[in-house]
Order: sequence, then structure tokens, then C-alpha cells
Amino acid sequence: MLRSVRKGAKYQRALSASSPIFPGSGLNEDQLVWQDAAQKWGAAELGPFSAEWDAKCHYPIDVIKSSAEQGFLGLYTSEDVGGMGLSRLETSIVVEALSEHCVPTTAMMTIHNMVSWMIDVNGTPEQREEYCPRLTSGEIIGSYCLTEPGSGSDASALATTCVRDGDDYVLNGSKCFISGAGVHDLYAVMVRTDPATKGPKGISCVLIPKDTPGLSFGADETKMGWKSHPTKVLIMENCRVPVSNLLGVEGKGFNIAMSGLNGGRVNIASCSLGGAQKAMLAAKEHLGVRKAFGKTLDSQQYLQYKMAELATQLVTSRLMVRHAAAAIDQKDPAAASLCAMAKLHATDNCSEVANGCLQMFGGYGYLKDYPCEQIVRDLRVHSILEGANEVMRLIISRQLLSE
Amino acid sequence: MVRVAVGVKRVIDYAVKIRVKPDGSGVVKDSVKHSMNPFCEIAVEEAVRLKEKKIAKEIVAFTIGPKQSAETLRTALAMGCDRGVHVNVDQAQLDALTPLQISKMAAKIAETEAADLLLMGKLAIDGDYGQTAAMTAAILDWPQATNLYSLQHNGDSATVEREIDGGLETNEIKTPAVLSVDLRINQPRYATLPNIMKAKKKKVKAVKPADLGVDVAPTLNVIKVAEPPVRAAGEIVEDVDTLISKLKDAGRI
Repeated sequence: MLRSVRKGAKYQRALSASSPIFPGSGLNEDQLVWQDAAQKWGAAELGPFSAEWDAKCHYPIDVIKSSAEQGFLGLYTSEDVGGMGLSRLETSIVVEALSEHCVPTTAMMTIHNMVSWMIDVNGTPEQREEYCPRLTSGEIIGSYCLTEPGSGSDASALATTCVRDGDDYVLNGSKCFISGAGVHDLYAVMVRTDPATKGPKGISCVLIPKDTPGLSFGADETKMGWKSHPTKVLIMENCRVPVSNLLGVEGKGFNIAMSGLNGGRVNIASCSLGGAQKAMLAAKEHLGVRKAFGKTLDSQQYLQYKMAELATQLVTSRLMVRHAAAAIDQKDPAAASLCAMAKLHATDNCSEVANGCLQMFGGYGYLKDYPCEQIVRDLRVHSILEGANEVMRLIISRQLLSE
Repeated sequence: MVRVAVGVKRVIDYAVKIRVKPDGSGVVKDSVKHSMNPFCEIAVEEAVRLKEKKIAKEIVAFTIGPKQSAETLRTALAMGCDRGVHVNVDQAQLDALTPLQISKMAAKIAETEAADLLLMGKLAIDGDYGQTAAMTAAILDWPQATNLYSLQHNGDSATVEREIDGGLETNEIKTPAVLSVDLRINQPRYATLPNIMKAKKKKVKAVKPADLGVDVAPTLNVIKVAEPPVRAAGEIVEDVDTLISKLKDAGRI
């Protein structure tokens, strides 16, 4: 609406429904309404500031918190604890629309959403009441802590110890690459409660509030992209939390972590879709304006065909992501491998789309004044985190070849 | 406390590139994004603010349009209106309706819903008439204030600032009245996801034009719709004498 234009959002022609990259394709009335609401908010509150946040490494936590009243901080969390109770498909549609305006901020919001859901589904009634309403309202923001300096893809080899001492657990170890670390209020940390059991079954999930004694944070990492939010090492030195902070039961932590990640993978893949869409729209506009050899670039057959290829990569990614999201909703037994497929396909393809669009701009594409270089930098990590794309292949092949 | 009625219209979204149909009978509307008229959004926002200031006790949003206009009404409800009235006409009928017919319906709704204040946008971005508010006031025999920049409701009267060519004109008018809003009176709130969900439970009354005593038979015949002529390139001239002779040749002076 005019609000977004008046707030300084870049005025952009709406795509018609005949466009092959129209994001509303195949969506019902309700889904289009969610998409539209997310588009409007993202265009006004994220879009005009994304480049500045990236340049200044500024974390817009206030904007993230303000998104709570839009329902964006508990999209698939239950309504009785303040969430929207949307399906994963509806969530994907909202996330994709938001990420078109700022990939890293939207990605951070999805991590928070994942933590909120994990507690919603696995928490005791007391834990749900204690944390979920505050998470969905934005009063507290959550982070997800699985990776350690010694274990990334080999996640179940994690070494952080968690020893029972009376009514407390005492934690020792460190986590790395934690988004939001140091700023966020609640950390969902995967720890080893049973030192005798080396693999997943010895792992539990513990909730640690920010100011817990023994919890500290390393320096802010300097990253290629996702520059607007902090990424730090999380250090636990005889960090003591009450046993009531155990999420679920001992030994179930890995399952909780992995079930969270199915949705997390759809979320990150959805963020890739938005970034690629923005790049495509920018490239499309540029091709209609920039002239070479006496005519606009969009008269050149090679570029026409290249755009067709990039569009096809984008739309196949979108379809795979929505299919995986629907699979979670329908409790499809293949959901985990479909989510892995969606994450693998969308993150890699959307990075190629962003890179291809950057090339369309020629030298200008290399400049920060144009949107593509930030999108390329922001999307690069999507092929790495929430399960590296190599691990996605492991998940898919294991299921595929086991029967 | 007053009851406010606010009119909303579903129009082609402002960001869409308008295309004229090849046969010149109108503009392409199929598969084209539609939204609430931006000035209607501003009117709804103004109405909701009256409720937040505890000046209005109830806001009734009304629309005249096809079944897709229900979405527009839901947006108004999501922004804070309490209930809706949907006057059903099909798209072809809506396209043919004139401001006079719309005004008659709006006036009747204001009466049947016992509104003390009738708010609308100053114009709709498709027809661009800007006549409905004034005509509705005349039919109701209510005071009117159009193109509002600010509104202060004082019980039996209202103090308004209107945007006019020369600047801002301050008026005091008696209420009930018909008011139309201009761009800068407020910045409309978002229809948030939680409120969109809550809006599904709000009541919408379905009405036919005949129930309002209005005949929707077309009184206006659109002969042709065409794009404005492509702007021709300008010409740079050497000196003032050449400029004057060229202007004379073109019959401009």
C-alpha cells in the first residue's frame, strides 16, 4: 500500500499472475492474504533498511520484536501460547515474502520461530507457559545451539557435558556459530547428559537463560553475509541450570534437535527463495533499461534464455520447498528426506540464481549500490547451515537406498 | 459515542501496470492484483482511531462489489472495524455504476445502520471521480467536509482541516456529517496476521442494491478506453526568436 511507499520502500511494479515467477501461483485465497500481509510489512519495515543494516553490521532487534504484533514470531507455534498456529506451508509463504526484503533478518526470525516451536511441542505445561508466550510476544528472543567447534555435520558427536548435581545440571563446553548469541535471551542447547553413550541417544536439550552464571560469549564473528546479526561462540563454564530446564526427557535431545531442523530447513530454503526473487526482479528491470549494441539487454537472446533458466531454477526450488512444507503438515513419512531435498535444491539453486542475476548487471552487479551482491553474500551460508548440503545428500540417499 | 460508517472499495492495486483491453472496452482486470483503494485504507484508519479515542463506539465498514470484495471488507475488519455490509453486484455492474448510484446506496446504508458519521476516501484510484462523498452528503442533507488533512470530533460538531490548492482550510461543521479523507491525514496500520484471523469471526451482512432502493441499470455508456498518447520528444531550440516562431507555427500563441 501507499504506506510502504511513503515509508521509503522502493516503488516496484507488481508482478502479474501471468508471470512464471509469480509467487502467488497455486495459492488459495487465505494463503494469498498471508503472503500479502507479509509482503507489505517486509516492504516497509525491512526492505528500505536491509543494505544499511548489512553495511553497518547493525542488528535490528527492535524491528524483530515489533514483528510480534504481526504474528511473525510464533508462526507455527500453538495459538494457546500466543502463536499463530499456521501450517508449515503457510509459514513458508510468509517467510519467503519477508525474506524478499531482508534475508538475514528473516532467517533470524525463523530460528527464533523454531525454538518457540520446540518448546511448544516438547515442553512440560510449566515450560510452555513459562517461555512460549514470552517468545511469541517478542519479550524474549531464542537461539538454537547445536554446533560445536569439534562437531558440525557430525552433530551427534557433540561433547558439551551436562552433569546432574542435586536439583541442577552443570554444563561445560562450548557452541559455535550461534546466531543472536550475546543478545538473545534464551538458548536451546544440545548437551551430552549420558557420557557413556557416545551417539545421539546420550544427548539432551537444555534451556539456558542469558544471564545464567557460567554462560559467556565470544567475540562477534566477521562474516561474508548475514552481517546484520551477531554470530558468536557460546561458552559454558560450570554453568548451572535447574533440572526443570531440561526440555523433554534425557536422551531425547537429538530427536528434538532434528525434528526442529526439518522445519528449520524449510525455513532457510524459504529464505533463499525470497532472496532469489528479489534478485530476479532487479535483473529483469535492469535488462529492460540497460542498452548495449543499440538495444536493451532484454533483446539479446542469450540473456533471454539465461533468464528463462534462472526463472526455472527459482520456480522448481519454490515448488520443492512448498511440497516439503506440506509434507510436514501432512505427517508424510518421507517428510525428513523431502525437507532435506528442498533445502539442498533451493539453497544451491537460489544461490545460482542470485549469482546469475548479479552477472546481468555487469560491473554494476559488483557494487554495493545494487542489490545482487548482498543477496549473493547472504544466501551463501544457506548451503552450509541447518545441515550442510552434503549432509542433506546423506539423509536423502540413506532413505532412498534403504528400501 | 458515535457510530461510524466507512466505505471501502476494491480496486486494481496501485502498483500494477494498467493495460487497456485490445478491444478498447476497458482495462484488463482478470488475474490482476486488486487491493483496497488506498484512500479507503486511510478512511478506515481514521475511523479506527476514533474508536481508540473512545469517540466511536462501533465502526461499520461497507462495500459495493462482487464476491471478491469480501476480501476488501475483511481487511477493513482486520484493521479494526467491527462489522461489515456487503452490497452484492457483479464486476460488470460495478464497472458501470456511477458515483450518483453509489452515493444513493451509501446514503441508504448510513440511514439503515444509524451512522452518525460517514467516512470515505476522497476518491477511488480507478474511476478518479472524487464525487461520491459530496453527492452522498447532498442526498442525506448532511454537512460535508472533503479532502481532510485533520479531523477533531467535538460531539455535536467537528473541526477539520481540508487540503485545498492554497493550503489548509479550517472548517467547523455540525455532525452528523459526511467526511472524505486525503493522503496525509494519517498513515494506515497494517492488517496483522492475528487480526486477519480474528476478522474471520466478525459479522458481514449481505445486501442487494434493490434492498437499498437503488436501480443499478447503467446510466452511463463507456464508448472507448484508450491509453494516453505516448509523450512525444521535446525539441531544443537555438534562441528565443526560434522558440516564438515555433510556438506560433504550432498555434500555441
